[in-house]
Amino acid sequence: MKKRSVRIYYVSFLIVILAFVLFLFIKTFNDNLLYYRSPTQLVNGNFPENYIFRIGGMVEDGSLVRIKGTKKVTFFVTDFDNKMLIKYDGILPDLFREGQGVVIRGHVEDDYFVAEEVLAKHDETYMPPEVQESLGISENSKNKTTESIQQ
Amino acid sequence: MIIEIGYAGHFLLLLGLMNCMFLLTPKFATGLNISHNILLTASKLHFPILLISFICLIITFIGEDYSLDYVAKNSNSNLPLIYKISAAWAGHEGSMLLWCVVSSFWMFLASTYSNNLPKSLRVNFLAVMGILNFGFLLFVVATSNPFDRNMTVPIDGGDLNPLLQDFGLIVHPPMLYMGYVGLSVVFSFAIACCFEDEFKREWAQWIRPWVLASWSFLTLGIALGSWWAYYELGWGGWWFWDPVENASFMPWLMSTALVHSVIATSEKGMFKSWTVLLSIFTFSLSLLGTFLVRSGILISVHSFASDPTRGIFILFMLLALIGGGLLVYTLNSQKFIDDDEVKMFSKEGFFLLNNILLVTATFTILLGTMYPLFLDILDLEKISVGVPYYNAVFIPLMVPLILLVGYIPILLSRTSRNIQLIQLLVIIAISIILSLIFSVNSILFFIGIFSATWIIINILYDLRISFTNTIKLKYRLGMYFAHFGLAIFILGASISENNKIEKEFVLELGESATIGLFDYKLDSLRELKATNYNAIIASVIVSKDNQVITEIQPEKRLYHSSESPMTEAGIHARLDRDLYVSLGNMIDDNKWSLRVYDKPFIRFIWIGTIFMVIGSIFSIRFKKKRLYE
Repeated sequence: MKKRSVRIYYVSFLIVILAFVLFLFIKTFNDNLLYYRSPTQLVNGNFPENYIFRIGGMVEDGSLVRIKGTKKVTFFVTDFDNKMLIKYDGILPDLFREGQGVVIRGHVEDDYFVAEEVLAKHDETYMPPEVQESLGISENSKNKTTESIQQ
Repeated sequence: MIIEIGYAGHFLLLLGLMNCMFLLTPKFATGLNISHNILLTASKLHFPILLISFICLIITFIGEDYSLDYVAKNSNSNLPLIYKISAAWAGHEGSMLLWCVVSSFWMFLASTYSNNLPKSLRVNFLAVMGILNFGFLLFVVATSNPFDRNMTVPIDGGDLNPLLQDFGLIVHPPMLYMGYVGLSVVFSFAIACCFEDEFKREWAQWIRPWVLASWSFLTLGIALGSWWAYYELGWGGWWFWDPVENASFMPWLMSTALVHSVIATSEKGMFKSWTVLLSIFTFSLSLLGTFLVRSGILISVHSFASDPTRGIFILFMLLALIGGGLLVYTLNSQKFIDDDEVKMFSKEGFFLLNNILLVTATFTILLGTMYPLFLDILDLEKISVGVPYYNAVFIPLMVPLILLVGYIPILLSRTSRNIQLIQLLVIIAISIILSLIFSVNSILFFIGIFSATWIIINILYDLRISFTNTIKLKYRLGMYFAHFGLAIFILGASISENNKIEKEFVLELGESATIGLFDYKLDSLRELKATNYNAIIASVIVSKDNQVITEIQPEKRLYHSSESPMTEAGIHARLDRDLYVSLGNMIDDNKWSLRVYDKPFIRFIWIGTIFMVIGSIFSIRFKKKRLYE
């Protein structure tokens, strides 16, 4: 084979591969993004409907209820402005505790959130950045509301 | 006494930093014999200095010197001795010091074994390694010094994260670091080559064993991490496409590409320019991995409560190295002239395809890992990329690559068309039979089985013919071992994913449930008091047709110091099947929720990687010959 024809082979192969990857990418990327929302955003209706996404916040103190004899649980996740009822039929992670941060994957049904996976933070001094930030946001909004009330 | 050891360690760190200065001088005084000797001495001296410093850190852990902040945070007096020692590299500061020690060790080796290189190349090579070592050590001293003192000394320490109190975590970081940092040798060498007048293919021969050694360590490190996640996290998965895993997987893919391209460069003098560029990218990706993991951007067990200056430091170092490396490369790239042109249907042609596919795969993973971070930094949206994305993009790219792997024996032994056809028919027949045995439910599974059989049969066939030819065998054995390992890995991954059973349910004491082929009975619960934790140990009796097969003992531990519970999964491991039970939550006094997983052939995943590493070690051949004059 001549040098040029070899090169043409490779270049065309490269283009085919790239096109293929681009196709796969466009096809799958958007379908597989998991969005993250805080309870306040959920309450305000700011969430992708019929989609699986993640929410995060604090497990509200005293809100954990176990349905007797099963592994079903319900609890509230709060960002101290708003809270969301979570229903979960599964095993809670070791570090799941009331008053501490969680990230939950699932979808909205009626007025509650059905969890498919519950992740707790990895150690007692660590807080997932998303949770920290969504708590921070509502902290700010709290300050703003108090300011506007004072004015 | 113990206080002084902490100070000694700290002093040695600073001494190491000074020592690095000597490594940087020869660049400004090339040609002077004195500086050349200083450079060699300094590059060898760096390792003992840092090693002793690290040993000092370990001694402060054993001696419980809680006046050191790092010791106080990561250890306590109840911790068993072995974890007190391993705690030295379990936290951020200590693990970064370990990184520096490993880096100085590679520099020591590079300095000792590089006397067959031309002098100017050797000087530049060690100087670049010196710059890297300086940067790493400066990072430790400036932002993450494990020898920093506490203002007030606590009576007892905090705790080592219970997840990290485990054998897997003792060996995983050193292995991974040996791999990551080993790539810095390759990077430094590539940069040094850019400064020479021409690129000789002998240099690729020289660097090849270093690439293989780093690759072996990286593979082992990742495999250990995966194994640890499997038995320790209690979810029974072996790969989660978690950003932290991706951070180590990207350099792995790139170095796999490098392992192949460097062969073409050393044997035929092809792809010179590409091999150099790939070396730069590979190490950049391992630094990027470190940045992602250590900066606290990612949520994972690896990100410790973090300090933003650390992230910024690594980010700048990353930019300087990638930018500097690429600049040096671009300015000198016209020097790399290939000795020969690539033929489509040859070993080198296959290497080229291999590299295209591996680099593309790395790119797709990079995109999936970085895109959410960019959106987050720009404050547009908080997202994460799900597992289906990676499976949908990565696996299709790997399928042609794996088919190529299986074709190599045919290519090398020039098998005749007829025999090829018979082989293909046999392979298809075997894979159909295997698929039927394991009851296929996806085309992907069939492809997995087919490609694994394809690789194994082709290798065995070629081994049978070339068995008498010892020279051929010697050169192919390492490659065949590694590729055989890949096939074993594919078998394990395909079958365990296709035939796994994962169930969560609630059992009362004495109650039993049937999952797959086996009955699981919650037989008893007992308590155990260990030095640093209390545990509830369940005994689950597994039986098949009323024949008791085994007893699995999953544990739930409560660690004293951090009050955090921990699940220890119970695993009944056999070559062909893992039965995996972990305790969930206590529902009532004698009622627990349990996770039961039945994972056939999952051991093949790790056995396969061990084969890969063995193959890679077989292929390491040092060149003693002088490479100049």
